[in-house]
Formats: sequence, C-alpha cells, structure tokens
Amino acid sequence: MQIPLSLQFINLLAALLLLIAFAMLTQRRILSLINLFALQGFVLAISTFVVAYSTSQHHLYYSAGLTLLLKVLLLPWLLHRLIRKLNVRWDVETMINIPTTMLVGIALVIFSFNLAAPISQLAEGITRGLIGIALASVLLSLLMMLTRRKAVSQVVAFLSLENGLFFAATSATQGMPLVVELGIALDVLVATFIFGIFFFQIRETFDSLDITHMEKLKDD
Amino acid sequence: MIDSQLLALLLIPLSGGLLLAVFGSRSWAAELNSLMSFGTFVASVVLTMRIIDSGPQVAFGEEFFIDQFNVFLVALTAFVAFTTSLFSRPYMRIEQHHGKLSTGMLHLYYSMYQMFTFAMLVALTTNNMGIVWVAMEAATLTTVLLVSLYRTPASLEAAWKYFILCGVGIALALFGTILLYFAAERLLGEGGTALLWTHLNQVKSGLEPTVLKLAFVFLLVGYGTKVGLVPLHSWLPDAHAEGPTPVSAVLSGLLLNVALCAVVRSKVLVDGSLGTHFAGNLMMGFGLLSVVVASLSLFRQKDIKRMFAYSSIEHMGLITFAFGMGGPVATFAGLLHMTVHSLTKSAIFFAVGHAVQKVGTQQMENIRGLLQVSPTVGWGLAIGTFAILGMPPFGVFSSEFLIITTAMHEYPWATPILLIALGIAFAAIFGKIQPVVFGETTAKRLPHPPALIPVFAHLLLVLMLGLYMPPYLADWYRQAAALLG
Repeated sequence: MQIPLSLQFINLLAALLLLIAFAMLTQRRILSLINLFALQGFVLAISTFVVAYSTSQHHLYYSAGLTLLLKVLLLPWLLHRLIRKLNVRWDVETMINIPTTMLVGIALVIFSFNLAAPISQLAEGITRGLIGIALASVLLSLLMMLTRRKAVSQVVAFLSLENGLFFAATSATQGMPLVVELGIALDVLVATFIFGIFFFQIRETFDSLDITHMEKLKDD
Repeated sequence: MIDSQLLALLLIPLSGGLLLAVFGSRSWAAELNSLMSFGTFVASVVLTMRIIDSGPQVAFGEEFFIDQFNVFLVALTAFVAFTTSLFSRPYMRIEQHHGKLSTGMLHLYYSMYQMFTFAMLVALTTNNMGIVWVAMEAATLTTVLLVSLYRTPASLEAAWKYFILCGVGIALALFGTILLYFAAERLLGEGGTALLWTHLNQVKSGLEPTVLKLAFVFLLVGYGTKVGLVPLHSWLPDAHAEGPTPVSAVLSGLLLNVALCAVVRSKVLVDGSLGTHFAGNLMMGFGLLSVVVASLSLFRQKDIKRMFAYSSIEHMGLITFAFGMGGPVATFAGLLHMTVHSLTKSAIFFAVGHAVQKVGTQQMENIRGLLQVSPTVGWGLAIGTFAILGMPPFGVFSSEFLIITTAMHEYPWATPILLIALGIAFAAIFGKIQPVVFGETTAKRLPHPPALIPVFAHLLLVLMLGLYMPPYLADWYRQAAALLG
C-alpha cells in the first residue's frame, strides 16, 4: 500500500517527538531542557501544519500558528527570563539515576503501545501508531515530573506533557474544535504565569527552588 | 429567553471578577463580592424555575445545555457561593485585623472568588466536553493562588501540590476527552458538533466500545483527582487545611461536586456505548476505596480542617459509589447526598473557621470548650458534626440510608464494608469533636462579630431535607435521576 507523503512525514515527526521526550528525560541542565522543550514545540507546530495542509482544515493553521507563537517563542522566552532572574542553571540531582529512568521510559513506551493497540486498529491506516506515540510521550513527561527535584524542571515536564496531549489532539484525531484548542492554549498560558508567580513565592519562602523542602505536610 | 437567563447567570460572576479586579482593595469590596454572589444566586433561581417548567434546553447554538441534573447543581453552587461570600466578609476582616492578610491579598481573593464561581458555572452548563475540561482547569487556576494566600511555607507547599497533582490529573482527563473525540468524529464528522454532549448522547450506542472504555478510564482518573478519589486524593487535605477557610468551604462543598458531575456525564455516554456495567463497577471500586481509606485516616488527624477534609473524601467516595451503582434509587440518593454534603460541610467549615480564629490554632488538642466562649459557634459545630455523621433527623441520614439499603439489594458484599467505614468515621470524628465543643475553654473574643447566619441556614435546610422533602423537590431529583439512568 502506498502511504501518502504527508503521512510519512507526520510519522517521522511523531518519532522525533518521542525522541525529544527521551532526550528531555536524560537532560540534566535546565537551559538545555528549555531548548529541547522549544524544539518539541517546533516539531509539534510543523506536524500540525502538515495535518492542516493534507486535510485542508483551515482552523488547524491557526493552531499551528498558535503553537509556534506560544510554545516555541513565548513560553521558552518566559522560562529563560525566569531562570536568569532566579539564577538557577543546573538541575544536577534526579531522584533516580538516568539509566534506570531510561529503562522505565522504555517500559512505558511498550506499555502505551499495547494500550493503544486496539485503538490503532480502528484508525484508517494513516494515524495508526500516533495515539500510541502521543500516549508514550505523555507518560514520559509524567515520569520526568516524578523524577525531578527542581520546581523549574517539573514545570517544563508539565508543559511537555501538554505538548504530548496537543499532538494527540491534532495529529491522531485531526484537530479538536477550535474553541476547545483556544481554551486549552489560554489555560496553558495562565498556568505558566501562575508557575512564574509561584517560583518567586517559593524562592522567597524557602530560599531555594528545590522542592524537597516542600515535604513537610504529613498526616501527623 | 433561555439565552438571556443563562447569559445573566454567567455574566454576573464574570463582571464581578473584573470589577473586583479593579476595586478589590476598596473598603466595600467584601459587600460588592456578596452582592455579585447574590445576583448570581437570583439568576440561578430564575434559570431553575425555567428548566423545571419547560424541561431540558440548549442555548447559544447548542454550546450550552441545561437539564434537571445540572440546573440542580447550578442552584446549589450559586447558593453556597452566596452564603460563603456572606461568611467570608467578617472572616477575612478578622484575618486582616490579626495581621495574617494584607489588602493586596484580599484584593486577589475577592477577584478570584468571583472568577472561580464563573469557571464552575461554565463547567456545569456547557454542552461541550472540551469546554468542560477548559473550565475545570480554569477553576484550578483561580483557586491555586488562593490556597497559598497566607504565603506560609506550609500553604505554598499545599498550593504547589494542588497545582501539580490536579494539573497531571486534568491532563489525563484531556487525553480521555481526545479519545472521546476520536471515537465521536467517526460518527458525527469533524468539527464542532463531535464533542457536544447532547449529540454524543444521541449516538452513544454507536460509539466504538474499545475506545470509550479507555477514554472513560482516563476521564475517571483525571476528573477523579479533582473529586478527591483515593489514591489521587493527597492534594485535598493539604489544600483544605492550609488555604483560607472560605476557600476550603467552596472547594469542599462545590468544586468536588462539579468534578463529579463531569464524571457522571461521561458515565452516561460510556454506559450507552458498552451496554455493560463497566463504568459503574470502576466508580464503585474507586468510591469504596475512598470511603475506607478516608475513614481509616480520620483517626490520625490532629488538625481540625484536615480532619473535615478527609471526611469530604469519604463522602465524595460514598456519592461516587452511589452513582456507580446506578438505577433510580441510588442515583436519587447520590444527588440528595451531594446536596446535603455540600450544605453541611460548608456550614462546618464556617463554624470551624470562626472557632480557629478565636483560639488561634487549628490543632484540635488546643481547641477546647467552644460552648463556653460562644454558644453559637459551639452549637453550630456540634450540630454540623452530628449532621455530617449521618445522625437522624438530618438529611445526610436519609441519603446514606437510601444508599446502604440499595447496596443491600444490589451488592450485598459492599454493605458491611460501608457500614464499618461509616462506623469508624463516626467514632473518630465524634471522639475528636466532643472535647472541642464541650469542656474548659481557651478562646478569646473576636474584633468583628462572626457571621453565623449561613451556618444555621445551611443546617436548617439539611434538617428540613431529612424531615420532610417537598414533593416538587423530590420530583426534581427523580427527573434528574431518570436522565442519568
């Protein structure tokens, strides 16, 4: 069966997305982490654009533009500014060492492909496997959130989780209704601002952005 | 006609939020807050009468959908939001007087309070499953800075936990929504209508079962995080204990209900698609686990607000269990329990708030003899505790009785688990609250008279629902239960 060029291209981008998710999982430096996040946003914007072109759905062009603006330019810029102001560059400590994290990550990918298998059978050839990849990158971001200690890298993980979801929404299902996408984009933007406010409050109170300080609340 | 009524309901809190964003630091901001909440309440009553008269309606080109089930939650939400705004007026002034809050913080509080009400009302009335998600996330975002309002290390930690955990939860719910859309677009075509609940409901039997099954798991886990279902509940006690008391009252009394509403809406679709009891079984499992874990945790609590937060987890578990069982009686009981739990729990938080202000600590071992200092606060807390523990003649007794008798018929194995858990909860809460209310006192006088009318108004309503349910109200619940199947 001849697969159309646009779909081959989307599949390639999906693979790139997964690769970037793994790269983020292993990255220790916060600056590189943010750059990887911007790259992930860029791949996402291109794949949305390709879907928009191949299915000629005009509202997806807006989504692609919005992604480019928000996730490639605005959010990385905000995060860069934030870490310059807060003066954090390194995220040396992860909770589990990196090879173990990678192995867990691989297990998660296998798990999500299995989970998505019955759904992939339904998709008409084109998007087969994409839901699995989207789910895998969501779970990898979740894993990253669990293994990081610094508040900033947790937030980058949170945002990249949102990227995985966005990929599922645009590529696997060929676009949610525009009003929903706009709402999601607005929520992500507001969330980032609130995260920013939080960083300053946390720093002011604990004198550090290490969230291990924040494990005092217990049931006794 | 319905458009303008709905518009009023949504525009009043939205404009309230914007007005208070400008005027929030004026001395009359608290009064403006109450006035706006009162306006919202009136609009909700008008809308409710309309829906009772003419049945389910869509508005604004089907983007909004109101039936007996969500209009009942709209009325409840608007009512508790109004009484909480009455309570928060003196409460926040006392906090300011004690030097815990600055004018700037109050400014943020008033503005966000209205925006929170707005987000919840949108989540309840929208017909679009995608917008439900957006509004639920907006409700988290508006309250997260309120949880950390005091800027203490503990409150920051609680808010961070709330933000991250609910953010992850809600992200999973979005994945569920995407899967739902994936299944729906094959039947309804691409574009706007494929996420509209009314359209989905019409074609639910044709939705692909394998996709819907997976979608429901994600939706339940995602929105379940916000409902406070075990094992994703750990944000809830922290957020309730460390945030200001009015925020605890609306989180516990309202937000949890709204999240549960989203779960129940999804369940209706999944049931139609699968034709099995899969969704119900999952909900019963999570519900039962929440009831058991929460009641066992009650014994270990020393902080009074934390304890009542665990009690909220327990009751939300019970309601989830009831909706999971399904059928007219259990759903009826679930709706009734939602109502009485909201009213009672917010009344308890009002009383607890004032008690904590009098004593200056949330540790129960240091709160003693409330009756001696203030009979009204003391009795409010005592009666509220009796009510929430399911003592007759309060409404909580009726709904718990209905839930347990239905469980006896349908799922006999669950009955002893429920009864033992409720018994443990009774022993734990009663044992801890008894010396707090009775005994020798340690409290001091407050600079502003406390607002106790909301406490007794709520408890009176709960008492009324226990003793006598007006026929039109029972009809209303029955219709809502019939809609949910």
